[in-house]
Amino acid sequence: MKEDRENRKADRGFWIYEGGKTGLFSWIFTTDHKRIGILYLTSLAVFFAAGVTFGILMRLELISPGKTIMSASTYNSIFTVHGVIMIFLFIIPGIPVSLGNFLLPLQIGARDVAFPRINLLSWWLYIAGGIIALLSLFTGTGPPDTGWTFYAPYSIRTGTNVSLAVFAAFVLGFSSILTGMNFITTIHRLRAPGMTWFRIPLFVWTLYATAWVQILATPILAITLLLIILERFFGMGLFDPAKGGDPVLYQHLFWIYSHPAVYIMIVPAMGVVTEIIPVFARRTVFGYKAIAFSSIGIAAVGFFVWGHHMFTSGISDTSKVIFSLLTFLVAIPSGIKVFNWVASLYKGSIKVDTPLLYVISFIFLFCIGGLTGLINGTLATNIHIHGTHFIVAHFHYVMFGGTAFAFFAGIHYWFPKIFGRMYSEARAKLAWLFLFIGFNVLYFPMFIVGWQGMPRRYYDYLPEFHNLNFISTTGSWILAVGLILLFANLIRSVRKGEIAGSNPWKGTTLEWTVPSPPPVENFEEIPTVTHGPYKYE
Amino acid sequence: MEDTLNNTAEHHRDYTGAKMGMWLFLFTEMLLFGGMFILYAVYRFEYPADFHTAAKELDTTLGAVNTLILLTSSLTMALSIAALQKNRKRLSLVFQVVTMLLGAAFLGNKYVEWGAKIHHGIYPNSGHLLSLGKGQILFYGLYFIMTGLHGLHVLIGIGVFLFMFYFTKSGTVAEDNSVKLENAGLYWHLVDIIWVFLFPLFYLIT
Repeated sequence: MKEDRENRKADRGFWIYEGGKTGLFSWIFTTDHKRIGILYLTSLAVFFAAGVTFGILMRLELISPGKTIMSASTYNSIFTVHGVIMIFLFIIPGIPVSLGNFLLPLQIGARDVAFPRINLLSWWLYIAGGIIALLSLFTGTGPPDTGWTFYAPYSIRTGTNVSLAVFAAFVLGFSSILTGMNFITTIHRLRAPGMTWFRIPLFVWTLYATAWVQILATPILAITLLLIILERFFGMGLFDPAKGGDPVLYQHLFWIYSHPAVYIMIVPAMGVVTEIIPVFARRTVFGYKAIAFSSIGIAAVGFFVWGHHMFTSGISDTSKVIFSLLTFLVAIPSGIKVFNWVASLYKGSIKVDTPLLYVISFIFLFCIGGLTGLINGTLATNIHIHGTHFIVAHFHYVMFGGTAFAFFAGIHYWFPKIFGRMYSEARAKLAWLFLFIGFNVLYFPMFIVGWQGMPRRYYDYLPEFHNLNFISTTGSWILAVGLILLFANLIRSVRKGEIAGSNPWKGTTLEWTVPSPPPVENFEEIPTVTHGPYKYE
Repeated sequence: MEDTLNNTAEHHRDYTGAKMGMWLFLFTEMLLFGGMFILYAVYRFEYPADFHTAAKELDTTLGAVNTLILLTSSLTMALSIAALQKNRKRLSLVFQVVTMLLGAAFLGNKYVEWGAKIHHGIYPNSGHLLSLGKGQILFYGLYFIMTGLHGLHVLIGIGVFLFMFYFTKSGTVAEDNSVKLENAGLYWHLVDIIWVFLFPLFYLIT
């Protein structure tokens, strides 16, 4: 009897092992990368739910022209908070800190990341940042109303609680930097014997590229945000034209970080997609090196395109042309990836399970998001659509249709590994159907109203935009149903799902060679790697 | 099993990994100041005459003394590592204390300098400063932010060395495990190098 229980305990791997601490403490003070991954996953889900709620409220306000459920200033606060939460608390940390934390050591054959305690610290900073962000909503002089970009000079003059919100983003930046530093060192130092650079799974390559962007771009944001706080308290005048400062310079500094940040969000998602395709097509990935280098390429070129956010801000024509050209260049490595994904599916023995459904929708939605990005990046058309709902539709296609869909794909794909149990396939597919339809009904009309000239960031609009806005709001409800179905199915399956076994998908990367859920030390013996990651007959 | 895990967790050492992590962190510090240097470059280009006038007001002697102090502290910091690696713990501790004292002297000097400026009515948003040219407002804005941020880094450095002192004393940092002290040293050098750029940009180029 006792032995039985011990055996069952052993089956639950890292879920049972508490490392000398008990209960909650065994989680919030853990240095196990798997537990930290779970901590992040849970926290991300909470913030995501909050962000979605604010998003749905915004759509509800826009269901008809004029004031529907909130005042203009409330709407300003809500879209700011929606942006801050979704960007800084959900999609930037997103895949690397949750799936990345859990899987990176497993995929390269290591027992943990290089700096387990710094890993825990970065989670604590993340939570601290999240709490400060929430505090900024309920304390002081009212929630910030600047938009997530905190553009000067308004962010310096507004009476709302901007300093605290900015400080939250600063703390979150610190967390992001530490994760990046940890991952780069881990990938350099802790690969299993025989795991050469071209044998690491492509998800790891994307984490590597992302980590570099995190390290090199985030400090610029940190100093910029710090300057906003200092300006608000001491009035140096660095961005205040009355004192000789230049607000456009603020935009430059902000986007020097925030455009590369877009690649922090999307590149790991591409990694997840690349992991899933070979498993469900039963063949090796097409063009391993092309995918690996295009990740680095996207990350590198991504540093030099920030000016395309500022085409209407009054920068010189020369720099506009250069930034526009560089923007088109980023499309090349992205295009290479899409080509490789499709080529990997070609002549494969495709099995359309939930992860692949999400992956295929990712490719579809990402293509729409990416190609409309080129419309934004073209100087002439940019003038027409700048600051309209077209932009809102574009980045939601990339961020939600791209990153979040890939995130869902990854959660479904690695769910049996993380929890040791399988979710209900039928329910997962139903949730996907709602999500996919809801997503397109929600965001596609925005392309049209945006093209017709409806500006973003207003709680009101002209009556001729009513029909499309109504359709869009309906879409938000369908999407919400999909999300509820998705999470209900997963949460239920954590306890009630069927036992999954160590390798339900017949994957070939290292994480599938260990039991599900993985034991505390991951590998009983560190494996020796003799071939590439995607070896199928 | 618990024992083996704790053992690997606590005794696992990766010298190269620890160094690499520190270097990556230093990159972030460089870029943090990099943002400020961009601002400096842009505004200097925009207001060369005002920057010229404002820079003449700064006390080159005080700045030079501070440069000397900080460079010497880098030397004592390096000596403390060398001493530890030759297993001369006491000597290493002495050098660590001297390093901290020099850092504190730098900050004291800075306090005097800032105090004099503020006494003359030159501080952000002061009536006197606002009556000067726009470039001068920006010059002093940058001066206070950049030297302030740098001073904060010196202060953090002293804090780090307090820990190092404790670690060396207790034996956590020792001859065969000096990477913590080496990383603290790297940080100290970085703070030094930033000053090596701040000094000419604010005090010497007039």
